[in-house]
Amino acid sequence: MRVAIIQFPGSNCDWDAWHAINDVIGLPAERVWHKSALPVETEAVIVPGGFSFGDYLRCGAIARFSPIMEDLKTFSEKGGPVFGICNGFQILCEAGLLPGALIRNNCIEFRCVNQCLAPEDSTENFNRADLGEKIYLPIAHGEGNYRLDADDLSALEANGQVLLRYAGDPVDGPGHGNPNGSVNDIAGVRNAAGNVFGMMPHPERVVEPFHPGLDGIDVLRAFLSPLLEEEPVEMVSA
Amino acid sequence: MKVTVFVSPKPTVLDPQGAAVEHAMKSLGHASAQGVRVGKTITFEIDGEDDPDTRKKLDVLCDGLLSNPIIEDFRYEID
Repeated sequence: MRVAIIQFPGSNCDWDAWHAINDVIGLPAERVWHKSALPVETEAVIVPGGFSFGDYLRCGAIARFSPIMEDLKTFSEKGGPVFGICNGFQILCEAGLLPGALIRNNCIEFRCVNQCLAPEDSTENFNRADLGEKIYLPIAHGEGNYRLDADDLSALEANGQVLLRYAGDPVDGPGHGNPNGSVNDIAGVRNAAGNVFGMMPHPERVVEPFHPGLDGIDVLRAFLSPLLEEEPVEMVSA
Repeated sequence: MKVTVFVSPKPTVLDPQGAAVEHAMKSLGHASAQGVRVGKTITFEIDGEDDPDTRKKLDVLCDGLLSNPIIEDFRYEID
């Protein structure tokens, strides 16, 4: 096992993430229950989408206090890659591992559509050259409206911490333009150190020929690049 | 003792739920309705007295779990 996918009560994208990483990217992944310790061999963590603890109180507010979150905090402080998708993004924001907060979509509706997005040049591996100027990833959320106060937002932008923005012209129909009222059209961010990612769109849902697209593969590979660049250690028998 | 916590969206944060309720109020004929904000009330029983130590613990509870300081304000009453 190299990639841990944390499963909370109410997580529902854990198997999709497992399939994308295990079968499509080809890195051995395992689902890890939120009351377990993070396995010592973990090299990257996915906090998957869903409705952890029924989204009660606020999205991610209760999951943030799950036992595994202490291990996750330690893992991320040591530079371990952590990627929160949709509800996972909300959990990482609540836990303070990512800046900002996600509130109700300004349209009030739950938005479920294949969304046009513009990647930013954010890190060595997450950039337009590798991902393209425009990509499409599904969104499915009611609380994806990203909020951050003006000073912190300026710092976020100045540091290049925005990963993705909602893009496209709304006249082109659903999936184009800002679907939820997020400030600066922000769909995904990273922490200052560059090892913790979070986004509302679902890359794990566009990785197979029968999916609406394949753009999720490059997004997941960009996050997992530290694991993909290294040659696996060969076990040499005596 | 009984504690009642009131959580409300920060004045600077837009409140889509409040805006939707305001729209409904106007369509029901309350044309002057404005500034609608929707928050939540959380009530619970807890051991202790109303003293600075208890209030300190309640502040931590409200700031960490019951509200998110980035988007919400809280206040509480102790009976």
